[in-house]
Amino acid sequence: MSLWEYANPVKFLALSARVQPVLWVASGLCISVGLIWGFFGTPDDFRQGSTVKIIYLHVPSALMAINAWFMMLVTSLIWLIRRHHVSALAAKAAAPVGLIMTLIALVTGAIWGQPMWGTWWAWDPRLTSFLILFLFYLGYIALWEAIEDPDTAADLTSILCLVGSVFAILSRYAVRFWNQGLHQGTSIPVATGGRTVSDVFFYPLVISMIGFGLLFLALVLYRTCTEIRVRRTRALLAREGQGA
Amino acid sequence: MMPELGKYATEVMAAYGVSLTLLAVLLVMTLRRGRRARAELERIEGRKNG
Repeated sequence: MSLWEYANPVKFLALSARVQPVLWVASGLCISVGLIWGFFGTPDDFRQGSTVKIIYLHVPSALMAINAWFMMLVTSLIWLIRRHHVSALAAKAAAPVGLIMTLIALVTGAIWGQPMWGTWWAWDPRLTSFLILFLFYLGYIALWEAIEDPDTAADLTSILCLVGSVFAILSRYAVRFWNQGLHQGTSIPVATGGRTVSDVFFYPLVISMIGFGLLFLALVLYRTCTEIRVRRTRALLAREGQGA
Repeated sequence: MMPELGKYATEVMAAYGVSLTLLAVLLVMTLRRGRRARAELERIEGRKNG
């Protein structure tokens, strides 16, 4: 069995129907447990006070904002190289989810920043690259809507996605590339394993991150199925129009 | 039981309120569009087959 089998819309829809219920339930459970544990069951931080509770939303949404773009990059490349329609539709389906995740990261960051940094916003490398990523999401969605021919739209949005990937990378590594700005460094460095977050905050945070990841997958699968149905509807209507 | 959020209660509640609202809007819009697309396709396929 090959992964490319699922480039077939019928097989993709069948797989999604099997996987989605599990993803919806698992994401709902993980997000509920992560947020309820984080909000009700963790103490205040000695410096940040109760604003530390914002990390259970800010960190997972920021993580998914960047990962959504990388997923779009992979599916866009598959479209450009192999011309599988499902992959282009998956990229289209992921964009609004990534946009909302980026918006949540920006808003929660600003709300946290006001009491902690004394400002809602600073032209810090990570904040600025995130704002640009948000604008790329908007541009990507607008481009899909602006072009009537779906294949041309998929081509052009894929190119835009490749360009925007620079800012997705900058968003992730800005605090390492430029050792300046207000935003602190990575608290949970996966590569080194030397996290600076204490266990009491870490476990609910990880559960919330897993929940956001599963929610992203569930939403993207569901939205991709919707895009496949919309495309099929348009094709049938066009065929009817030609036959008449 | 609500935890004691101290002087940052407004900020914490605002962050949770805005985030959960945005997630709910995304979820509702996604499900509504999905149901519409499924119904429209079924209607057209039914017309074609019937």
